[in-house]
Amino acid sequence: MASESRLRLKTLVMVSAMVICANAGDLMLKRAMLQIGAVELTVPGIAHAFRMTVTSGTLWVGIFFLIGFMLSYMTVLSWADYSYVMPAGAFGYALLTLLAVVFLHEAVSPRRWVGVVLICAGVLLVGQTKPRTTEVAREVLA
Amino acid sequence: MMRVAIFLALLIFGSTAGEIAMTYGMKATGEPERLRPRELMRFLAKALCNGWFWAGVPLMALSFYALLALLSWEPITFVIPASALSYVVGTLGAKYILREDVSAVRWAGVVLVCLGVALVALG
Repeated sequence: MASESRLRLKTLVMVSAMVICANAGDLMLKRAMLQIGAVELTVPGIAHAFRMTVTSGTLWVGIFFLIGFMLSYMTVLSWADYSYVMPAGAFGYALLTLLAVVFLHEAVSPRRWVGVVLICAGVLLVGQTKPRTTEVAREVLA
Repeated sequence: MMRVAIFLALLIFGSTAGEIAMTYGMKATGEPERLRPRELMRFLAKALCNGWFWAGVPLMALSFYALLALLSWEPITFVIPASALSYVVGTLGAKYILREDVSAVRWAGVVLVCLGVALVALG
C-alpha cells in the first residue's frame, strides 16, 4: 500500500513538471511564431521561416521548456503506463486556456470552455486508475 | 482547411508513434531507484543509449514541425486541444502495442477527453 501511494505521489510530481514545462514551452512557441508571422508553404517561404526560427530567442526559451517536458516525460514513462501519463498530462488544458487568455489575449468561446471542462473530467477519471499495469524492470545499478 | 487537417494528422500520428517507441525504450531502461539529480542524470544518460528512444526522435521531430506550422496559422487554444485526438490513437497503441491494461474507467476518461476535444475543435 505504501509503495502504491509512493508510486502515485512520484507520478503526480513528474506529471506536474510535465504540465508546467509543456504549457510554458507552447506559449513561448506561439509567441515566437506570432513574431515571425505565418509560414508560407514555398521553398523560399520555408527557408525564411527556418532562418527566423533558429535565430529567435523566444523560440529557444520555448525549446528549453520543451526539453524539460521531454525529460520529465521520459522519466515517468520508465515506471508508469503510457495510457495513464498521456491523458493525465492533459490536465494542463485548464491552465493553458487561462494562460492563453491572460497573456496572448485570445478569445475563448463558452463552447470551448465546456470542451476544456470535459477534457479535465476525462483526465480525472483516468487519474482514478492504477498508474502501472505492466511489469517494470528495476534499473540495474552499474 | 485541407492543409490544417493534413498537418494535424502529421502532428498526431508522428507524436503517437514516436512516444510509443520512446515508452518501449524507457520501459527497457527500467525505473530509477531514486529521483535525485545525480541518479536522474545517470538514468537519462542510460536511456539515451537505447535504440528505441532514437527511433522515436525523427517521428517526434516531424510532429514538432507540424506543430510550429499549425501555430503560425491557428490560435493556440485550437491547435493544442485539437492535437489531443492523439489520446485515442495513443490509448489504442498502448493497449495493442504496449499491452497495457486499459480498464473501462480509463476508456471512459479517454472518451470524455475526446468529446471535449470535439467541442473545442468546433470553437
